[in-house]
Amino acid sequence: MWENELFFEAVPLLLEAFIKVTLVVTVLGTLIAVVLGLVWAIAVRELPPLLAAPLRFLVDFIRMTPLPVHLLVIYYAFNSLSAMTVGILVIGVHYSTYMAESYRAGIESIRSGQWEAATALSLPASRTWRAVILPQAIRNTLPSLGNWAIAMFKDTPFLIFISVPEMVTRAREFGGQHFTYVEAMTVAGVLFLLASYPTAVLMRKLEKKLAY
Amino acid sequence: MSDFFSGVATALPRLLGEGLLATLVSFAGGAVVMVLVAVVLGLVEHQAPAWLAVIARVIVELFRGSSLVVQLFFFFYVIPTLTGVDLGSTWTAIIALGLNYGAYGAEVVRGSLNAVPRGQWETTTALSMPWATKMRRVIWPQAWALMLPGFNNLMVMLIKGTAVVSLVLLSDITFEADQLRRQVGLWPAFLSALVIYYLIALVVSTVMRWGEGRAQRRLGLGDFQIRQARRDAAKVLAGAAAAEAGSGGSGARREGRDT
Repeated sequence: MWENELFFEAVPLLLEAFIKVTLVVTVLGTLIAVVLGLVWAIAVRELPPLLAAPLRFLVDFIRMTPLPVHLLVIYYAFNSLSAMTVGILVIGVHYSTYMAESYRAGIESIRSGQWEAATALSLPASRTWRAVILPQAIRNTLPSLGNWAIAMFKDTPFLIFISVPEMVTRAREFGGQHFTYVEAMTVAGVLFLLASYPTAVLMRKLEKKLAY
Repeated sequence: MSDFFSGVATALPRLLGEGLLATLVSFAGGAVVMVLVAVVLGLVEHQAPAWLAVIARVIVELFRGSSLVVQLFFFFYVIPTLTGVDLGSTWTAIIALGLNYGAYGAEVVRGSLNAVPRGQWETTTALSMPWATKMRRVIWPQAWALMLPGFNNLMVMLIKGTAVVSLVLLSDITFEADQLRRQVGLWPAFLSALVIYYLIALVVSTVMRWGEGRAQRRLGLGDFQIRQARRDAAKVLAGAAAAEAGSGGSGARREGRDT
């Protein structure tokens, strides 16, 4: 049932995949999502309705359709990109649509007096966003961005669809080679727990600390 | 362009046949298990004695903290080895999806129970209502109205989650689209699949919203309060659905826990 030998063989292998692929995808994907999410949130507010409506539809469409299908489409459509690159880009864009919602909620929580004051001072739009709205909005948004980053981390195994050698893909290969999946899958699950639970607790603390 | 449409015409029957069936079975089964798991774990976390609540908490954190795909493989590869019980692909998918999203749902249930005003709990105590009556007649109808927006989000997540069931050898829409790709080309196959997923999500979301309105009206709330509650829920759940769905901290008032 449980063989210590296989367990000790699986740990370094999966740790390597965890650090080299899973973490890299999460960090780069989060960077893309944090930036693009803000772009969507601001663009939908600032663009003329004729452009904002299709953009909003596209963002909603991406958010309401499954990540594995997006991965497969982009993987086959852009042959020249490596699977890892496709994985980072697609997961980043997918989660940017969630983060756009978080930013939107944060922006909407700003009282209208702030906008009016900026207008009264005839601040240009860029300065209104940079100096007045975003510093307040992002404070409200930060914990939920963190939660989406954790969710993204737990979705990295979806990259198995385009055969990126991340941790769970490797765990399945390892299991296949040794005709038993018990040790490798346990290690993969435990590594996920060890990484995501403390981060989630940290986010909860941050949320309490930032709450007015 | 006409290639594209003839491709779609070839792809649709297969996507809407076997593929749609596998996706819908996983979704419907997963949704039933999800709601059951969420209600049981959420109630236990909120109402049961501490030692039992801790066990429920551990289960919730286990399923929220590890990944859906890991759990799917665990039920598919590891449980049969350890217990000798082979669930088969369909049940594996249903149970893994239901438990994973149910763990998130437990937080929605717990958060909603927390958000039922304290006075409501105190009144039932003052009237010395039995626990079952209290829940059925006073607390649950109010909590139910609060938790439906959270479940709405989780249902959409669950539909998207069913796209992983091809990993346990079910021929769902994603799998069929990948097969059709060779025959009809990339875009006709996958765009059709995406639109089908989108439409399922829209339908489910609309039904859930109708349910929300109904639950609110049964509490005697008008359209204004319904919109208000929806906005509140959207605020709580923006960014919170996946990692922190409706848990006590995220906006829901922390009161009303009757002990």
